[in-house]
Amino acid sequence: MILLHLPALQVVVPLMAAPACVLLRHGRIAWALALVVTWTAFAVALALLLQVIDSGPISYAMGGWAPPWGIEYRVDTLAAFILVIVTSIGALVVPFARASVEREVASDRIYLFYTMYLLCLSGLLGITITGDAFNLFVFLEISSLSSYVLISLGRDRRALTAAFRYLILGTIGATFYIIGVGMIYMVTGTLNIADLASKLPAMADSRTVHMALAFLTVGISLKLALFPLHLWLPNAYAFAPTAVTVFLAATATKVAVYVMIRIVYTVFGGPAIFEQMPIDEMLMGLGMLSMIGASLVAIFQDNVKRLLAYSSLSQIGYMVLGLSLANVSGLAGGIVHIFNHAMMKAALFMAVGCIFYRVGSVHIDALAGLGRRMPLTMAGFVIGGLSLIGAPLTVGFVSKWYLIQGALERGLWPVALVILASGLLALIYVWRIVEVAYFRPSPDGATEIREAPLSMLIPLGVLCVACIYFGIDATATMDLATAAAVELIGSHP
Amino acid sequence: MKRKAVLRVTAKMLIPMIMLFALYVQFHGDFGPGGGFQAGVIFASAFILYALLFGVANARRVAPPGFVRASLSFGVLLYAGVGVAGLFLGGNYLDYSVLADDPVHGQHLGIMLIEFGVGTTVASAMITIFLIFAGQDPEIGGGER
Repeated sequence: MILLHLPALQVVVPLMAAPACVLLRHGRIAWALALVVTWTAFAVALALLLQVIDSGPISYAMGGWAPPWGIEYRVDTLAAFILVIVTSIGALVVPFARASVEREVASDRIYLFYTMYLLCLSGLLGITITGDAFNLFVFLEISSLSSYVLISLGRDRRALTAAFRYLILGTIGATFYIIGVGMIYMVTGTLNIADLASKLPAMADSRTVHMALAFLTVGISLKLALFPLHLWLPNAYAFAPTAVTVFLAATATKVAVYVMIRIVYTVFGGPAIFEQMPIDEMLMGLGMLSMIGASLVAIFQDNVKRLLAYSSLSQIGYMVLGLSLANVSGLAGGIVHIFNHAMMKAALFMAVGCIFYRVGSVHIDALAGLGRRMPLTMAGFVIGGLSLIGAPLTVGFVSKWYLIQGALERGLWPVALVILASGLLALIYVWRIVEVAYFRPSPDGATEIREAPLSMLIPLGVLCVACIYFGIDATATMDLATAAAVELIGSHP
Repeated sequence: MKRKAVLRVTAKMLIPMIMLFALYVQFHGDFGPGGGFQAGVIFASAFILYALLFGVANARRVAPPGFVRASLSFGVLLYAGVGVAGLFLGGNYLDYSVLADDPVHGQHLGIMLIEFGVGTTVASAMITIFLIFAGQDPEIGGGER
């Protein structure tokens, strides 16, 4: 019986745990609750994925109102895959967060941290699972508002301005999204995504629909920080508490990429719309600009968190590029990169969190000699960095392989070259850190620095193992991504 | 504020009226215009009027931060809890029809409880926001503690 209600429970359990944390008012107890809830959510997501693989898409009618009139929760392969990504990161961040948050957040606000964390998680899960374009907006606001608060919890005063800037730009993005949804509602009279998908292609040749797609693309691009709408991201990631950075970098922008795929492929009917609106060419150009531009900026950053934030921007470029290639290999490469990048970037930011926990700084000079003093943390960083470059036997290689294949299938060999060039740029900025950590001696009179606590190292280790395991045996992730891509493109040949 | 007798007397007359009107908007919401959000804001406005005239310290005594925070989460939990109750009674999440023997009564009961949850949370949120800004504590959120 409970299996029937898993789609509702996926969102409701974290949503109810968030106010419960406010009632508890105790950091450690709130942490324990968050731990139980996030792992439950992970189990629910896995169960949903198995159900979808077994018997196809699941539809759940909220409140018993049948779709398309009521709000529908709809889990297809892509949604189930994203749910697993978000909940797995959500579940791994909580054990990591206990020590990290106690170090970086004022002690009387820790319970608020977990409240906002769970709210943000339920918002992201809601965006992924809902089959209703307006409901998606509501969850977008839940996740955004809570992430503004999470960022502002950073001890650095600049976290406040970073959060405020994100608030302004994020609100503009959400507004653009809702204007776009309003326009397609005006034309079709429905908000259900599946219903929109069946009605919209027949009406696609109108000014209103074109404007709607333009508004939606710009709004979601702001949320996923696509160049040149990325200005909020570097500072937000750099000054937020590290646990927040890990979580947001690995999930929030990924979910925005998911929304983009959903809107462009499911709602507007996949590659067919590109003949009327050259969205794919625009996204391809901007994606490649992100890949190269952000990597170039990353090379010159001295704050390691900021450096990784810029690297995130360039990796988002890969996902958008995959989306814009509009063939199964490219789209599958983009989708699998959502998973792969979540794993590697979470590992990298966790390593930075461990460094901050012991050293108290994330400036590149503070890393001198850490290769000997914190060998496990730095080993995790190197594995994450190798994935970022796309070295063989790591997850980064798999996604790049499929993206290049997708580009070559379209005959776009310059795109393939850009992908390779961006990987080389990643090599430069990862090497800068590795060089400082392993080949520069630690400064004289440095206080004794030990390895980070086990509660932080274990989640980091799990992610590193995932980075390598899914790099060597990518069958599971690639099969899912390919199935999702075929579902998205195949329905509109 | 001791000398502004007119304001004090008028406010004392108005505050119960405003609260009563809030309750009317709350519980008559399914027959006329209104609902939880509007009722919550109206209810909080009565409270804010009191705080404006009699001072933030007095207002804090009427609504201790701990109580406001508890009702803030209680509203959300009530809303979500009604949905879960629907699950246990054999319907989908937020299916009100199964809440009572008769689906129509069930729908009434469900929307009533949910709107009460919305009203509670909105009123507490408004009061919290006002007290934090009015408290002028050096730290943001300091008024909450």
